[in-house]
Amino acid sequence: MKNRVKRQLAPYLLVLPGGVWLLIFFAVPMITMLSLSLQEGDIVNGYRFTGHWQTYVDAISAYQTQIVRSLIYGAITTIILIALAFPVAYWIAFHGGKRKSTYLFLLLLPFFVSFVLRTISWRQILTDEGPVVSPLKSIGLVGDSFHILGTPAAVIGGLVYNFLPFMVLPIYVALERIDPRVVEASRDLYADPITTFRKVIFPLALPGVFAGVLMTFVPASSDYVNSEVLGSSGTTMIGQVIQAQYLVNSDYPTASALSFVLMAVLLIGVFTYARMLGTEDVMKVAAR
Amino acid sequence: MTASTLERTAPAAEPAVKPRRRLTGAGFMRAYVWVIIAWLVLPIAVMILFGFNDTPGRYNQSWVGFTFKWYARLFELSNLTQALINSLLIAVVSSVLSAALGTGIGYALGRYRFRGAGSLNLVMFATISSPELIMGASLLTLFASLQVGLGAVTITIAHVMFSISFVATVVRARVMTLDRSVEEAAADLGATPWVTFWKVTFPLILPAVFSGVLLAFALSIDDFIVTNFTAGTTETFPLFIWGATRIGIPPQVNVMGTLIFAAGVLFAVIANVRSRKATKKD
Repeated sequence: MKNRVKRQLAPYLLVLPGGVWLLIFFAVPMITMLSLSLQEGDIVNGYRFTGHWQTYVDAISAYQTQIVRSLIYGAITTIILIALAFPVAYWIAFHGGKRKSTYLFLLLLPFFVSFVLRTISWRQILTDEGPVVSPLKSIGLVGDSFHILGTPAAVIGGLVYNFLPFMVLPIYVALERIDPRVVEASRDLYADPITTFRKVIFPLALPGVFAGVLMTFVPASSDYVNSEVLGSSGTTMIGQVIQAQYLVNSDYPTASALSFVLMAVLLIGVFTYARMLGTEDVMKVAAR
Repeated sequence: MTASTLERTAPAAEPAVKPRRRLTGAGFMRAYVWVIIAWLVLPIAVMILFGFNDTPGRYNQSWVGFTFKWYARLFELSNLTQALINSLLIAVVSSVLSAALGTGIGYALGRYRFRGAGSLNLVMFATISSPELIMGASLLTLFASLQVGLGAVTITIAHVMFSISFVATVVRARVMTLDRSVEEAAADLGATPWVTFWKVTFPLILPAVFSGVLLAFALSIDDFIVTNFTAGTTETFPLFIWGATRIGIPPQVNVMGTLIFAAGVLFAVIANVRSRKATKKD
């Protein structure tokens, strides 16, 4: 009897410490942030809860350009990532042979260097006096006013670079799981390679693409490192605004309101996308 | 593998043409994969190269000449050295803590069916997929409203928070594939559940716990976004680099980046070789 009670208690005791940690430091902060977004005051005199929704209205109208820009950059990044990553994942999964894990390891090499350092390294490569722009200028291929740094292309390029492995890996995992016999069956039934790809391989890889989109679109849209390092005032993303409002201006209510708007937009985006895709169980796919 | 099965099923009239077309297609894609890998490695190569640049001072933008002097003067900048020490300490403490907490969750989710498992999965999914910006910012609001001073402790708390779910996911996957008959055998031989766990189950899930620790360590030492919100005036290695961006990155940063990269790659290769040997033994 005592043993049975113990056994029923076991999972709760195991989960308790970690669960409490997640509750206090993940769930509760979301609530304090929501509450702070509805407060008025300043960091010196303290904040009072006033249910001040006006902060949201003001924040959205002041920063709608940056919000929209971030979502556009995030979407473009994600589309480029699918196009770049799919062939890589496909080739490794179907033609990687015994060296599959070596190729995957090579794709993961950037993770051994700090995210900030990688991005700064790109700035060094793309700067006006750097090895890319100055040769182009000296052979007269581009004009003197030509820049890469500071343009949207540089920011999106940085985002694509930094998130590529997060797109390759889930697609690879999905392709790797495809039973070769299914592909064979399709050929036996006289499907040409393109039809086999379109009707058999691609649909089976879709859960991987979905997981990849989730793992790249959300962090890319909310990123502030790439735009800060590779961009200019014309590429400011909402992440930079939120970061500056918190850490430079200490305008916590505005920053919190913007954070919530960003999170809501991303959540809506992700779920709309899931609907469009017709994925039955988003959580199941994403949780893998 | 697929190529050989295809040859078998291909119509007899075509074999002379088909393999060659397949080869050129695959060859083109192989070249493409290598171009992508080269692109991924390029900024790392630049980072390593400029650690050997004989630049007179902090301005390390254009190539002057080859030198080892920055390796000799690696610990010359006390702020940078302190930042690196902070990063290492936080990574060690947070990876061990998150491994302990995450293993509990992962084991429970993999082994038992219990009320609340679904919402726990949901929270884990939320911590893995939430923007780091939001997690960092919301933690800042919590610490600010509780008037907790920011520093190494709050950074560690934050790192444990986002690492738990990764550790739990890795451990859960391992627990789910465990052969339960081994544990039943231990019980049949009179071992108490406690002894069974420590003598049988734990050694079996240890590799997963270990990869969880490594994952948490890697996440912690590289983290910038959440750390930036929870650090206050404390500096970690990525925060130091961020702060130095405008005034110029000292070459010592490239050297430290190179050494961390080399250590990480070496460690991963050793771990991979060892696990291959282990699977061969099985």
